[in-house]
Amino acid sequence: MPPHNNRPAPLRWLRAIALELYGLFVDDGLFAAAIVAWLALTLIAAHTHLSPRWRALALPAGLAAILIESLLRFTNARRK
Amino acid sequence: MFIPTAGAARIATTILAAFLASLVECVEALTVILAVGSVRGWPSALAGCAAALATLAAIVAALGPALTRIPLHLIQLIVGAMILLFGMRWLRKAILRAAGLIPLHDEAAAFAKNTAAMRAANSSAPAKAASAFLIPDKLAFAASFHITMLEGAEVVFLVIALGAGGPLAPAAAGAALAALTVAALGLALHRPLARVPENTLKFIVGVLLSAFGTFWVGEGAAVAWPGSDLAILYLIALWLIVAAEMVAVTRARSTHPAVVG
Repeated sequence: MPPHNNRPAPLRWLRAIALELYGLFVDDGLFAAAIVAWLALTLIAAHTHLSPRWRALALPAGLAAILIESLLRFTNARRK
Repeated sequence: MFIPTAGAARIATTILAAFLASLVECVEALTVILAVGSVRGWPSALAGCAAALATLAAIVAALGPALTRIPLHLIQLIVGAMILLFGMRWLRKAILRAAGLIPLHDEAAAFAKNTAAMRAANSSAPAKAASAFLIPDKLAFAASFHITMLEGAEVVFLVIALGAGGPLAPAAAGAALAALTVAALGLALHRPLARVPENTLKFIVGVLLSAFGTFWVGEGAAVAWPGSDLAILYLIALWLIVAAEMVAVTRARSTHPAVVG
């Protein structure tokens, strides 16, 4: 029997809820971390002299690149 | 010729995104509730569903007013980030499914699996007489409550996220319309909605959520979108082009094995 089955019921419920919430947003940890990092950079860039128009271009471009990288990484892993 | 204004475009895309996203979640919940109800009886299955809806309504009523006290740009940033993580995850999975790299979601198979699980539990977990008057079948109640809470929480999150920075009414209307549509079809058919093209819907919803998430984060980070609210339309187009192109690329790469050397 896994050790977490010995925990009290409320803790098991909390753990289950936390896992459900995590699963709602994260499949590929690196993919999720890259999105968060890119959003953090976007926020930092808001406090620099970089033009808001350039930031409007960079935000979706970076996110699209992250999606493409994750998909290519998935197909590479399958081909090995 | 109809030229969309920024406000009309935003309301229409919000309703559409909330409707399609909620439709997917409602179909998934309906599949389990139908399996539970048809094997273990409807009173407990419907009671579980109703209890979960009441719990969700109470949570929204309790947390809703608190949201209005948070500064708008902070809501846009946090909700935008969450909707991006959620939407891009859906889009990534939908692309991999469309390319044939991961199995398609099959409601008929899910229904069969849930029905078999309920039948197996039928003989091993009989209802206790003491609680049988209020809830004839605790297992059916719990299964129905769990799936409605799970999928319902996703719908609530989507409505709040898609309505961020403006009135919640268009997003709530889209979600309510989806719930009513699925409930009506479920009542009429009494079987899972296997013909709903769930994977295509998830692909479209992934595109819409990614576009909304990008837009909200940009708004929260003081990005100057060309065309203001109309930016949602070209962000949708951008994500659609990227996603469609990546279906072709990943499919091609999966059919051509890597050269080892």
